[in-house]
Amino acid sequence: MNQDIQSFTISIYTENNIGLLNRISAIFQRRHINIESLTTSQSEIDGVNRFVIVVNICEEQALKIVKQIEKQVETIRAFYHTEDQTIFTESSMFKIKSDLLFNEPQIQNLIKESNARIVTVNPEFFVLEKSGRRVEIEALRKELSVYGIMQFVRSGRIAVTKEEMRITEMLQAQAFNNKY
Amino acid sequence: MKDTQTIEKQQGKTQETMRVTGSEAIIHCLLAEGVDTLYGYPGGAIMPVYDELYKFQHKIHHVLTRHEQGAAHAAQGYARISGKVGVAMATSGPGATNLITGIADAQIDSTPLVCITGQVFSHLLGSDAFQETDIVGISTPVTKWNCQVTKASQIPEALAKAFYIAKSGRPGPVLVDVTKDAQLEEFDFEYEKCTKVRSYNPVPETDTTGVKAAAELINAAKKPMIVWGQGVILGKAEEELKAVIEKAGIPSAWTILGASAIPTSHPLNIGMVGMHGNYAPNKLTNECDVLIAIGMRFDDRVTGNLKTYAKQAKVIHFEIDPAEIDKNVKTDVAVLGNSKDSLAQLLPLLNEATHESWLQEFKDLYAIEFEKVIKEDLTPSKEGLTMGEVIKQINIETKGNAAIVSDVGQHQMIACRYADFNITKSNITSGGLGTMGFALPAAIGAKMAAPDREVVAIIGDGGFQMNIQELGTIFQQEIAVKIVVLNNEFLGMVRQWQQLFFDKRYASTEMTNPNFIAIAEGYYIKARKVVKREELEDAVKEMIASKESYFLEVCVEKEGNVFPMIPTGASVSDVRLS
Repeated sequence: MNQDIQSFTISIYTENNIGLLNRISAIFQRRHINIESLTTSQSEIDGVNRFVIVVNICEEQALKIVKQIEKQVETIRAFYHTEDQTIFTESSMFKIKSDLLFNEPQIQNLIKESNARIVTVNPEFFVLEKSGRRVEIEALRKELSVYGIMQFVRSGRIAVTKEEMRITEMLQAQAFNNKY
Repeated sequence: MKDTQTIEKQQGKTQETMRVTGSEAIIHCLLAEGVDTLYGYPGGAIMPVYDELYKFQHKIHHVLTRHEQGAAHAAQGYARISGKVGVAMATSGPGATNLITGIADAQIDSTPLVCITGQVFSHLLGSDAFQETDIVGISTPVTKWNCQVTKASQIPEALAKAFYIAKSGRPGPVLVDVTKDAQLEEFDFEYEKCTKVRSYNPVPETDTTGVKAAAELINAAKKPMIVWGQGVILGKAEEELKAVIEKAGIPSAWTILGASAIPTSHPLNIGMVGMHGNYAPNKLTNECDVLIAIGMRFDDRVTGNLKTYAKQAKVIHFEIDPAEIDKNVKTDVAVLGNSKDSLAQLLPLLNEATHESWLQEFKDLYAIEFEKVIKEDLTPSKEGLTMGEVIKQINIETKGNAAIVSDVGQHQMIACRYADFNITKSNITSGGLGTMGFALPAAIGAKMAAPDREVVAIIGDGGFQMNIQELGTIFQQEIAVKIVVLNNEFLGMVRQWQQLFFDKRYASTEMTNPNFIAIAEGYYIKARKVVKREELEDAVKEMIASKESYFLEVCVEKEGNVFPMIPTGASVSDVRLS
């Protein structure tokens, strides 16, 4: 098994219960593994949550971590994937003074070239939304920072896998919508 | 009092609902789960439940321990000897946090435990209210599952899940935290036992290809060796294991928690593995050609240095918990499933075999261990009493039929090495967590769950003082447990390490002890002290003959050491005899 440290995306399908986030993050904490990013949301299955966690570890660790996560009662399934095995993106928002939009024509070009989207404009500020790879978002941030950014925020990675998630058929087989 | 007949008759499923408070519902849930004994300590946030316990005291026996840690360990002892779920109860804040050591112990030793804690009113949560603590947060890493209940109507489902999760699959402790308003609120009670949690697969189906592959390896093996653990006991697979061992003629060793699954006297039982295990099974772990691990988890105290552990062997791992496969030792064949089913499937595929010359290697090494260690431990030529001869005397008087509850340290290793076990579930000790203070309260639970059995607690002078207050519980409840304190006036195991690895710098290990006899007698427990070898036999006889609780203090040699020993980080084959 590859012992090199690399970026793994861990996808976890869970019940939506209070305390589960704590239980899952404790598994990383106990092994001294830093969580690079963590996102939770509804999954493709009604009533099932999905965690997407990015960590830099070796594959053996990833395998063991996934088993420990699956061991938790309220985890339905957990998987790990390399970057090559996933399609992933991040989202970001920039809050910038509105006068710059008119006084610095280069900003408008930046918005167009970077495929960013203006979410709102008012007399004081406007808000840009940009999704994509980390490098693209970072490039835009560097370029805009020259003019001054009032606020910047970037989300964790969200990812879907190229291969089919075996969870859907598993859930169907279990008549998952029954009362549990 | 409301009618509870329906609940008990239906064993879980009620046909009519009853209007009850959350507190009363907790009692009905416990009754529906067959709980007749629980251990706990009252306090503000759990008082409504205690009020119901008062009303139901003819049906459910609440044992007031003298400390919540004692309650948790007593529930563990109860669970370990009976295979049933142990139940502990405490109030919020310090009551709940005092349970944590016992919960952590149950987690690492896979003991089924349901802990119920009171919590402040839900409108006070997060306000730093009196005796408020985030016990769900605190207990998360040491529980199999936990939850907080803030409405009475959530109680039946939460407790049904709690019992199901605690006892199914690889067992473990669960905690249900109930706010005081949920205890007081009235609702229409209905109870349905939990048989399934959709996100939880407690017992993986036995993998038949794995079983076949395992059988092929075993049939081809010239030097097979089994190491079994507590998974055999938890899976009730003792008979299956015995059949496998006997049919294939495999020398078989045990981990500390696996002890007693197969009788000590069985000719293929080759003793304990691990840091203070027997010489032969440790040494020959690195000689066997197929190592068959059954319901054990390759703890570091078992394997020593992993880089030199059984590298020559093909490793087969029978295991219920997928997370244990390849966790510490890479396996060639992993068989997921519960031990009972897996071993039952394995048996017909095995060829009948004997491995006489291989078994002889174990006997030869045993002879060396006997000469260098065992003889002097059990029949000492020196003046000072040894821990080993005390255990030997207990073996003689109980004929190996007692349950031995040991604490943590030298006496524990000696007890596990030398106690005779004829009956399964008879070695109750804190294995994974190494919790000093475990034995006295655990012995209370064990004796209450198995009142017809002789229960002997073997405790060091250090560990005894960690939960010494439970003598009060023994006195009040009239529990006929036998307590043996092996007093060497040291924290013996730490002192042994200081002697061997820290140049005899005995930092904070010497103990000036109180008059233990006076303390035991202060609790009206019959007590006797032995300082000379000539008194030992008579004292142990008197203790075992006693129908009541009995305290025996034996003053043993101060600087005795436990051998064999695998020093930390060394290989199993470097096990030392002196």
